[in-house]
Amino acid sequence: MVEGAEPVVQARGIVKIFGQHRALDGVDFEVRPGEVHALLGENGAGKSTLIKILTGAYQPDGGEVLLEGAPVRFSDPLDAQRHGIGTVYQEVNLLPNRSVAENLFLGHQPTRFGIVQRKVIEARARDLLAGYGLEIDVKAELGSYSVAVQQIVAIARAVELSGKVLVLDEPTASLDRNEVAKMFEVVGRLKARGLGIIFITHFLDQVFEIADRVTILRNGRLIGTKVLSEVTATDVVRMMLGKDLAFDHGGVGVAEAMQGPVRVEFKSLGRQGKVAPFSLALHEGEVVGVAGLLGSGRTEMARLMFGVDPADCGEISVGGRVVNIRNPAQAVAAGFGFCPEDRKLDGIFGDLSVRENIIIALQAKLGWFRALNRDEQIEIAGNYAEALDIRAANHEMPVKLLSGGNQQKVILARWLAIDPNFLILDEPTRGIDVGAHAEIVRTINRLREEGLALLVISSELDEVVAYSNRIVVMRDREMVAELSGADIAPSVIVAAIADNPGAKVTAEVGA
Amino acid sequence: MSIIKKLALAAGVSALLSSAAYADLSGKVIGFSQIGSESGWRAAETSVTKSEAEKLGIDLKFADAQQKQENQIKAIRGFIAQGVAAILVAPVVSTGWEEVLTEAKEANIPVILLDRGIDAPQDLYLTSVASDQVKEGHVAGDWLVKTVADKDCKIVELQGTVGSSPAINRKKGFEDALAGHANLSIIRSQTGDFTRAKGKEVMEGFLKAEDGGKGICAVYAHNDDMAVGAIQAIKDAGLKPGTDILVVSIDGVPDIFQAFVAGEANATVELTPNMAGPAFAALDAYLTAGTVPEKFIITESKLYTPADDAQGEYDRRKGLGY
Amino acid sequence: MRRIDWRGALLRPQFMALAAVLGINWLLFPGFFDITLQDGRLFGSVIDVLNRGAPVAILAIGMTAVIATKGVDLSVGAVMAIAGAVAAVLVTGGSSAIVAVGAALLVGLLCGLWNGILVTYLEIQPIIATLVLMVAGRGLAQLVTEGSIVTFSDPVLIFIGTGSLFGMPMPIVIAAVLAIGATLIVRKTALGLLIEAVGVNRSAARFSGISSGLLLVVVYTFAGFCAATSGLIVAGDIRGADANNAGLWLELDAILAVVIGGTSLLGGRFSIPMSVVGALIIQAMNTGILISGFSPEFNLVVKSGVIILILVLQAPMTSQWLRKRMSEGKAQ
Repeated sequence: MVEGAEPVVQARGIVKIFGQHRALDGVDFEVRPGEVHALLGENGAGKSTLIKILTGAYQPDGGEVLLEGAPVRFSDPLDAQRHGIGTVYQEVNLLPNRSVAENLFLGHQPTRFGIVQRKVIEARARDLLAGYGLEIDVKAELGSYSVAVQQIVAIARAVELSGKVLVLDEPTASLDRNEVAKMFEVVGRLKARGLGIIFITHFLDQVFEIADRVTILRNGRLIGTKVLSEVTATDVVRMMLGKDLAFDHGGVGVAEAMQGPVRVEFKSLGRQGKVAPFSLALHEGEVVGVAGLLGSGRTEMARLMFGVDPADCGEISVGGRVVNIRNPAQAVAAGFGFCPEDRKLDGIFGDLSVRENIIIALQAKLGWFRALNRDEQIEIAGNYAEALDIRAANHEMPVKLLSGGNQQKVILARWLAIDPNFLILDEPTRGIDVGAHAEIVRTINRLREEGLALLVISSELDEVVAYSNRIVVMRDREMVAELSGADIAPSVIVAAIADNPGAKVTAEVGA
Repeated sequence: MSIIKKLALAAGVSALLSSAAYADLSGKVIGFSQIGSESGWRAAETSVTKSEAEKLGIDLKFADAQQKQENQIKAIRGFIAQGVAAILVAPVVSTGWEEVLTEAKEANIPVILLDRGIDAPQDLYLTSVASDQVKEGHVAGDWLVKTVADKDCKIVELQGTVGSSPAINRKKGFEDALAGHANLSIIRSQTGDFTRAKGKEVMEGFLKAEDGGKGICAVYAHNDDMAVGAIQAIKDAGLKPGTDILVVSIDGVPDIFQAFVAGEANATVELTPNMAGPAFAALDAYLTAGTVPEKFIITESKLYTPADDAQGEYDRRKGLGY
Repeated sequence: MRRIDWRGALLRPQFMALAAVLGINWLLFPGFFDITLQDGRLFGSVIDVLNRGAPVAILAIGMTAVIATKGVDLSVGAVMAIAGAVAAVLVTGGSSAIVAVGAALLVGLLCGLWNGILVTYLEIQPIIATLVLMVAGRGLAQLVTEGSIVTFSDPVLIFIGTGSLFGMPMPIVIAAVLAIGATLIVRKTALGLLIEAVGVNRSAARFSGISSGLLLVVVYTFAGFCAATSGLIVAGDIRGADANNAGLWLELDAILAVVIGGTSLLGGRFSIPMSVVGALIIQAMNTGILISGFSPEFNLVVKSGVIILILVLQAPMTSQWLRKRMSEGKAQ
């Protein structure tokens, strides 16, 4: 990185509003020539919105983008590319059944008298890729090479067409360790050539390995830009999860509840390639929080528990009796409930009524032939809607017309209606307004007091700390720590997520 | 008849014939590219062709094209490669034959078309054996004109599939026969798609629309299947088909002879499945004496009525695969 | 139980369309609504509409459930041909009618089961999965009949197609029993709700503990059963199994009936009775064309024109516009 050099591209006070939601709120960001600048944040933090503004896919509602100091307005990504900003996505969007050379120059083939000069293209392709340390047959189909090679070809094409700034959007997500090393070698070469590189990823270790600076976004706001040599992984995780250590209030007084009998127990449950075997017992009246970054295996663990993905090892017992859970229907029969992370995709039945959405799991549990009649349905839906304060004009309206918070409460009501033994909540407060947010948290506390066993996955450390009796931490698809008592503090959780050896870790669980 | 007896008889007949009239075809290899087996009539044509060939001692190579021209072209090329003495083709479509027929011509193999014509230069094939569809309609019409004589007769017509050539031609022939006889008139005409079910449904509608069928004197169906359907509709309406309403149709499939036996149908014009007989005769004359046959050999459109030993005709046909 | 708003229900576009088509038929042919008793059997054009509409109505009953799950079954026409062929070949081979009918229905169930397994466990898109049997099924039927129309004289099979019960033709009786039975089953049990849930969001259905796989198999199997029933009626009607033509293109009429009945191809909410009304609209149109005396060249043009009109009337845009016009009218 050239210290103090003028930024090649710069965003100042960017605001982007979708409907009533401020996706970006006064965000500043810059990349200098010869710098690798990592962009971090959990889902919904605003990373992709910012990138789309920098590459011309979106127009900002406020603020400005400067290219080499001069304000610019890109009409579309092609325009941005012409001005020197190229992008490579996780999914390579080239043509797998065309040759490497064709892919490199597609749409820009050197021609003579209008005829594509194949030989010239191939020679140039070989030269170009040699500059990336890649010596392959450029006449072969692109699809015949590994994803890593395809990524590098995509990078070469992007750099060839732009040349000032390269945006890498999760380029390493589907690569193995060696391939990542190869990719980083290419990034190093480009950096040495003076390109500004924006690197988006979920892998913290890669950020520390390759990047010079990091900018962290959360909920559409700029949390900070740091020089990586001056911060630790713990600092970064803390910034991402929004937990200021000064606020630390270890063990908020819910930790005494572990004396109830064990309600559900998972022994060495695991699935190849998804989650390493883990063991966990949940007691009556206990909330176990799950912390970990996106992609750490949090959701995968929950899916295994609920039979969405069948486990390939381990066993599950409920109230001391071993149960067979190979699919969600069996999980529901065992008295499990699951509020999935993606409400719209896996949770609500948009066209069905609020009433039907509430009684559906109970009905599924009762079976095809023990139908709840309409009066029973109205009664049940009414009771739970009242208990959870679901705000709907009436219970016959399609649930898709409700707000996100009310939809979440409908799904919660659906599971409470089956009188569950065990409830899994995956990001229960994501994407809902602050008022509903607090209500969900209150409900979790109430359910605990009523003796339910809950597993709550959340990126909101404040929240997890507020209602959890215990917290398990996931990292790299493995349960790496189990925290209880005084360890239920954001600082300890952050340390565990960041794998900071200095942090207190009470128990190592799992393989 | 037992199979043994049948075989013995067939062998005897073929021995008799091969030693006499068709000396030159005996032992010859002839290829036959059939369209498929989309209808009972088509199945009957296949079985009649096979039995005619057997009678003459011909080694018939049979290829079922399953309704695809490319299969037929493939089969014909195969026949050419095998060096057959002649090729019979029932063409599935009328265009696109020039190339493969030229190959046959260059290989000096005569080609005979069965029951359908093609759009290609006439020198590419030896002859075409087919029925005259207009004549079929005409024969049916003539019969009705003669039968009702001077009486007034309102006719309903069950057409074949809209736009198909048999539907167009059989309608035209029938109308031609009626021309000049003012006492006969077609009062309703609808398509029954050549099927029994549609024939029945359309006839039901006609009966309702014509005062329960009291005004209808005859039904003319473009094929026997629709007539069989119409007969059922007439019975359901409480009328006697064959008596209250005359039934005349075309094709001569076994079921219409059964209707004759039951007194429920009055006339049918046979579309003979024996296209191969005339074809072999023409071929024999060509190969022995070099007699070039007529370009279009028209098969007989024979009228059958219940007077023509309906039971016997039914028995003769029922084994042919209709 | 559902409280039914009869006035609202009768003002639905489907009923208005049916009334309009019947009205036009009456104008074209004044005797359209006449019904007489003929050999102990009701006889008249309206009865024809019901009787001829029965096979498609029965297909539409099964198709409604399939479409409600966001699927489609293109094979029902071919399954009709197979069922008719099996029954006809068995009775002509000397089996009793009970065996023949039982075997035909069983074959229909198996065809449906096959479709269900392809869709559910092999996760083939319904339109492709059922296309397999649509194409191959007719070939199978032709193999069974050896390419010819297998005529039979078994009184039981013929009774299914042309008999009558208390003066009502059997196809109407069978369709009514199936329609009422299926409606009661889906509404009195939880099946209706679960089918709608799977159709609206299959993933959410799975997360809610609904065994959507089994449900889908049952739905396709039921569609196969309906198709076989329809196939028996059509064969009985003409006293023969016509493998080439039985049920040809009827799957499209059945899909159209379901769509006219207001069930979306995107799955979810469905109504079996309204699909039956859809089938009757189509048949009323067919019968109308038959008695109108138009030249057959106009059949398809008239039919498609009327269908477009019905679908436009049913479109949400149109109903919004109509509602707006009506409320404006009231305001004045």
